[in-house]
Amino acid sequence: MTPAVSDVKTLQIDGIDVSAQADQTILDAAREKGLSIPTLCHLDGLGDVGACRLCLVEIKGTSKLLPACVTRVEEGMEVTTQSERLLKYRRMTLELLFAERNHVCSVCVANGHCDLQVLGQAHGLTHVQFPYRYPKLPMDASHDRFVVDHNRCVLCTRCVRVCDEVEGAHTWDVMSRGIGSMVITDLHQPWGESDTCTSCGKCVQVCPTGALFEKGKARLVAKSRDFLPYLAMMREGK
Amino acid sequence: MTPEQLEQIASEETAARARNPRRLSVCMAAGCISSNSDAVKKALERAVAGGPLKDACPVTGVGCMGLCSRGPLVSTEPAGVLYQNVTPEDAGEIVGAVSGPAVERLQCSRELPFFKRQVGVVLENSGQINPERIEDYLAAKGYAALVQALTEMRPAEVIEQVSRSGLRGRGGAGYPTGLKWSTVAKARAETRYVICNADEGDPGAFMDRSVLESDPQRVLEGMIIAGYAVGASRGYIYVRAEYPLAIARLNTAIRQAKHLGLLGSQIGNTEFAFDIELRLGAGAFVCGEETALIASIEGGRGTPRPRPPYPAQAGLFGAPTLINNVETFANIPPIIRNGGDWYAAMGTQRSKGTKVFALTGKINCTGLIEVPMGMSLREIIFEVGGGVPEGRKFKAVQTGGPSGGCIPEQFLDMPVDYDSLAQAGSIMGSGGMIVMDDSSCMVDVAKYFMEFCMSESCGKCIPCRAGTAQMYDLLAKICEGRAALDDLAMLEDLCDMVKNTSLCGLGQSAPNPVLSTLRYFRDEYLAHIQEKKCPAGVCACGMKQEAGS
Ligand SMILES: Cc1cc2nc3c(=O)[nH]c(=O)nc-3n(C[C@H](O)[C@H](O)[C@H](O)COP(=O)(O)O)c2cc1C
Ligand code: SF4
Ligand code: FES
Repeated sequence: MTPAVSDVKTLQIDGIDVSAQADQTILDAAREKGLSIPTLCHLDGLGDVGACRLCLVEIKGTSKLLPACVTRVEEGMEVTTQSERLLKYRRMTLELLFAERNHVCSVCVANGHCDLQVLGQAHGLTHVQFPYRYPKLPMDASHDRFVVDHNRCVLCTRCVRVCDEVEGAHTWDVMSRGIGSMVITDLHQPWGESDTCTSCGKCVQVCPTGALFEKGKARLVAKSRDFLPYLAMMREGK
Repeated sequence: MTPEQLEQIASEETAARARNPRRLSVCMAAGCISSNSDAVKKALERAVAGGPLKDACPVTGVGCMGLCSRGPLVSTEPAGVLYQNVTPEDAGEIVGAVSGPAVERLQCSRELPFFKRQVGVVLENSGQINPERIEDYLAAKGYAALVQALTEMRPAEVIEQVSRSGLRGRGGAGYPTGLKWSTVAKARAETRYVICNADEGDPGAFMDRSVLESDPQRVLEGMIIAGYAVGASRGYIYVRAEYPLAIARLNTAIRQAKHLGLLGSQIGNTEFAFDIELRLGAGAFVCGEETALIASIEGGRGTPRPRPPYPAQAGLFGAPTLINNVETFANIPPIIRNGGDWYAAMGTQRSKGTKVFALTGKINCTGLIEVPMGMSLREIIFEVGGGVPEGRKFKAVQTGGPSGGCIPEQFLDMPVDYDSLAQAGSIMGSGGMIVMDDSSCMVDVAKYFMEFCMSESCGKCIPCRAGTAQMYDLLAKICEGRAALDDLAMLEDLCDMVKNTSLCGLGQSAPNPVLSTLRYFRDEYLAHIQEKKCPAGVCACGMKQEAGS
């Protein structure tokens, strides 16, 4: 029998030697080593889309920045996760998000439990250089238990993915394109009239901001997402 | 059908032509149809039917003859006369002149540099054959390349010829076609797919539409050869629904090819089987991006995904997929027929063959041209294109659409190839060339393209979705004379960030029109900002322009 080709790769992340399985991403490998890379669209247990671009890292030998959440480790890779350039882009990305819709933390149900807020603080955002766009976006409170406030949505599509991949209902999707994109329920019906929604509440739990929240709670309690990696693990029978 | 039977059809067609060489060809591509060539064709048919040439001079609709700005165009055989700006009223006179001296009043000289300087490879049949008759295509050496590939060449030999030709993808990025084919062919998989990207969405571009309308069989032949070379048995053509004529002609072409056994099983009496299906796009520019296009064919929302994996590794339904542009496939039959070296003899060191361009904007001869790679911009614009009309001054030429840039006068002598255009801050793109004269404001042009990118952004990634909107607002502010120098700095910062962080080519190249105009026309930006004045007099900058300035 020929010996199996090793599927363990060794690489360097921020100068630290790291080993990882061939099917692991740079993000997995970094986090296992306790190195932090900011993420927003990524959530353990959901399929990755590489959309928010916060996890971009530099890799020696290519001028392209690559998203750590979807880029597989390779033998001998030299990854830089923190550089002046990366930090500048991450800050700008966050500023673009803050300016895009109406993220006013002081009057938000998610104040204190918001991924966007945490990212802003971690990147030392004291002000936003871009003009706020102040779009007038609706809120949909037609569901018995939940509300969607589009003013707080960052279009990470976590709700879309959890509903499709985990709950299997595919109630959520994205409508329109560009700056006019919006998450919708079914074919843009009011959430309360959705035929497919099972009211499981997973979307609310995975939402990083106050865009999706439970009724009757003036202040949101911390969202619970532990179920996701567990479910994913059980499914794959690992 | 066997190769011999196909040859039989071709030679019968050629013999029929020789028996009766008289023929009137009317351009029935979208450009001429929009100037009423349909009515011209009907009038010609009536004139023929009511005169001495009844049943002796077929009137056929053909594809684009190139000089769209002078349509409707009609050509006559055997004399080979070309008529321009034809109206239905001219029909009698034209029919009367088929076997006599030409109608001088309407004649368009074939000696124009517009025609003389062109080299027909992709467009060799365009305007010559009836795109709705496969017999016409067969008589013009159609499917000879396919038969040759299937009966005389192994798949690897086909790929070798494509590699030798030096052909690079005509969809924009210029990726070496042979390399892409061999990557797909070598991927370990049971199933592979071939996709033809006919989503052409750049403003001002109509090369692919014209090829599909004028010579659809050529694209099918290129795809079938590709299928044989990479080991695929199914192909898709993704064509935008806004191209109804191209779709109709493709459908006809597919039906006729099936009928002759050139699609389906046992193609050309060999073991090889291949089928082609059309998929209609709803006209989103981003669906031309290969991963978005694949998502759309799969029935999902047309948004790009990060690459790698590239489609050649994991594409349609996860299978290795070859995706090429219309013009890329259209180059394949002549490359196989004449050999890769023949193709590589044309063009420059790193850009081989010919390129089709759509000339539009402030240029005398608007239309479709095919020239060897490496021709200079000056030759293309001032010789082939006949220069800038009304004695105005050339200012810049925009190439590559919303992903490209504006090239100023000082680069006019630059050879047009992938590398030179990139060096000048633009790209080859798919072949749109928009000529601008001194009446264009470059900030306004940049704003126009940014508006396009903003509204065509799929919205998936933040830099492109929110960044293009911010950049558009800044450009609008500059045009309106409300901007300060800080705004310009912010614009440049955003250009850099959006270019480097966006997920797909749309966002990554969206800043190009701004960057290239900033590089060559910075003074125009500064005039808007510091003097609140639009030098070209296009933007309403808040302050009135002095008369005559
Ligand atoms: C936003 C965007 C739009 C595109 N649109 C087209 C298009 O309309 N037609 C096309 O052939 N390629 C288009 N492309 C390029 C394709 O992604 C792909 O590279 C091309 O189809 C490959 O074919 P080629 O190698 O023959 O050029 C587009 C790319 C991007 C990023
Ligand atoms: S760059 Fe633009 S078009 Fe491409 S994925 Fe991002 S938002 Fe979509
Ligand atoms: S976490 Fe990787 S792109 Fe969003």
